[in-house]
Amino acid sequence: MNGYGGSVLRINLSTGEIKKEPLDPQLAKDYFGGRGFAANILYKELSAGIDPLGDENKLLLISGPLTGMFAPGGGKATFASKSPATGSYGDSNVGGMIGAEIKYAGYDLIIFEGRAPKATYLFIDDDQVELRSAEPYWGKGAITCEKALKDELGEDFQIATIGPAGERLIRIACIHHDWGRQAGRTGVGAVMGSKNLKAIAVHGTKTVPVADLKSYRKSYNKMFKFLKESPARKFWVDFGTPGVVEWVNEIGGFPTRNFSSGFLKGWENISGPKMREAIVITDKCCFACPTACGKYSHIKTESREFYVEGPEYETIAMLGADNGLDDIRDIAYANYLCDEMGLDTISAGNIAAFAIECFEKGIITEKDTGGVKLRFGDPESVFHLIHLMAKKENIGELLSHGVKYASEKLGQGSEKFACHVKGLEISGYEFHRAPAMALAYMTCDIGAHHNRAWAITYDIEVGRDKIEGKAQRVIELQHIRPLFDIIGSCRLQWVEVGLPLETYPPLFNAITGFDLSWEDMLKVAERVWNLTRCFWLREHPDFGRSWDKPPDRFLEAPITNGPTKGAKMSPADVERLLDDYYRLRGWNSNGIPTEGKLKELGLEWVVEDLKKRGRI
Amino acid sequence: MTIKSLRANDFLCTGCHLCQLACAMCHFRETNPKKGALRIKGEFPSPGRFHIDVCDQCGDCADVCPTDAIYKDNGIYKVDEEKCDYCLLCVDACPYGVIFTHPSMNVIFKCDYCGVCVHYCPTGALFE
Repeated sequence: MNGYGGSVLRINLSTGEIKKEPLDPQLAKDYFGGRGFAANILYKELSAGIDPLGDENKLLLISGPLTGMFAPGGGKATFASKSPATGSYGDSNVGGMIGAEIKYAGYDLIIFEGRAPKATYLFIDDDQVELRSAEPYWGKGAITCEKALKDELGEDFQIATIGPAGERLIRIACIHHDWGRQAGRTGVGAVMGSKNLKAIAVHGTKTVPVADLKSYRKSYNKMFKFLKESPARKFWVDFGTPGVVEWVNEIGGFPTRNFSSGFLKGWENISGPKMREAIVITDKCCFACPTACGKYSHIKTESREFYVEGPEYETIAMLGADNGLDDIRDIAYANYLCDEMGLDTISAGNIAAFAIECFEKGIITEKDTGGVKLRFGDPESVFHLIHLMAKKENIGELLSHGVKYASEKLGQGSEKFACHVKGLEISGYEFHRAPAMALAYMTCDIGAHHNRAWAITYDIEVGRDKIEGKAQRVIELQHIRPLFDIIGSCRLQWVEVGLPLETYPPLFNAITGFDLSWEDMLKVAERVWNLTRCFWLREHPDFGRSWDKPPDRFLEAPITNGPTKGAKMSPADVERLLDDYYRLRGWNSNGIPTEGKLKELGLEWVVEDLKKRGRI
Repeated sequence: MTIKSLRANDFLCTGCHLCQLACAMCHFRETNPKKGALRIKGEFPSPGRFHIDVCDQCGDCADVCPTDAIYKDNGIYKVDEEKCDYCLLCVDACPYGVIFTHPSMNVIFKCDYCGVCVHYCPTGALFE
């Protein structure tokens, strides 16, 4: 099948049965790959109401038609499952090499079912597929485990692994790959741990067929020429995502001290240029990417020496500024701890900030922390909280469930400053005065995550207090950006380096043999967005508008300092944003997709299912 | 396109593998970096950089070839696939490990200084 490895691996960890199935061409045509496959398969194959950490959940590893190809940034893979963090649809994207490698081994999709009786890892070398004992690796840190597996199997093997946090089923556990890239969000690492699956090791040598070699070469040559000559590329190679720190402080969008401010005094010390000068040793990229935005760092101080990939912007924002940290070495160490333990740095940082605020307000005390005082701006507080969460010790047990659960248990008003939507911790953009970004977080289909619609730039571009037009832009972005996750390439080449979107369909068509315009491709993204919405609807009886609201912090607590001082969201604006958004999406006023919209998108089978359940 | 020499600077390599993709596309018309005639190796976590192995046309491979399948053409060692009997003596003899095999082939392949890797390298880690 052109553009695809051509096979699906279905692995029943309970019985040890490994089945190789041909990839369904209709699935490829209607969903392309990546989170498209994830939405379809999780909806179809999971029963409603299952325990995300039980045997019935499935873990998917998926590439896309552009993954592993001569395509700019064609190094993306998706892990997906029902999320233990949110109890609904979950996926997380990872760069590096593993998406390409599974495709060279001949697979587009790996489905893990059941639960292995003991610690196991999956070994793939082209057609040789085996479940092997992971007992020697169980308990090892994620980076340590990757090194150990590479030492045993060879450097050519690509490894995805969980750390101790995933083994302990911690709901903010990530899946680690390529020395510091993570499928961080939605707790996919805990699902992997619940299956006793420590790691995936894969090596492939096969050629991926393409439909039209001549236009394929013409298309990618045009794209690479553009990128090579683009002046914007240099900025991203020099500073990576931390290059954003300066701008985001200028506009007051830097989440600081648990989203109480959008500006960190001392941000210069944790900015891209400072980081480059202080700790970066190597520019490191994902497969087939000319814009090496990954920064590999070496830190040597009097007290410690370590290597870590990053920190990325999100980590700097959440483990750093949101906890008031302003030294890049401290943030890098917190990053290293999370990576090795296997914790999502975004959720871990957000939760740590929540815990520190709870401590300041007397909601938790030294009795809960093992005798440690917590305060903003103190790196030891953050390191300590990471240890407590990863080991489920003291208050760490409660915190490791995420801020929604923890605040519901702690009460005493902590719900008001628990910064999440739908149970997923908000990532690195402060939005007291950024309605499009707020709406992006409110409606994101995995819970509060920035990358489905990074709309804060639009707020700045057209006027940040304006409401009109914001929903329209958020919807456009929610189709364009996830489309990249669906086809398996990185959006950075477009969004940051300026590679025109119209260069993608010729490449995509040459690879797959499809004949689609960009608009046709966006229709697939819209289908997927509606399908994930229906997954939430099926899981939660009361799902609807009330689930799309921002936390009280953004409505009730004005920003304390910086360029947005005094700003807060108005409830009327929230309602108007949602009204606009639902109307433009073709959903009803409670945020439920209409029968007409679902049918228009070819989701008749979902209409039937939801009707049977009395949900529409 | 040909080059007169091929050099590598590990400190500039970002591990994108575009050189291998381009090499395989140029020589085999296939999307398969495993058919690229140079090697990128990650050395992580320490020292935390990539290492590139390339051919410098030293000729050690030709010296051990029992069938004269590796021959010198204008300073460049090339492979006569008809003559290669896949004994792999050249693989062992190569000081850089850049005589390659692939499960789909029954002959070895190596760098012929076409220069396509240099052209596609986004950072200048590969140069003439």
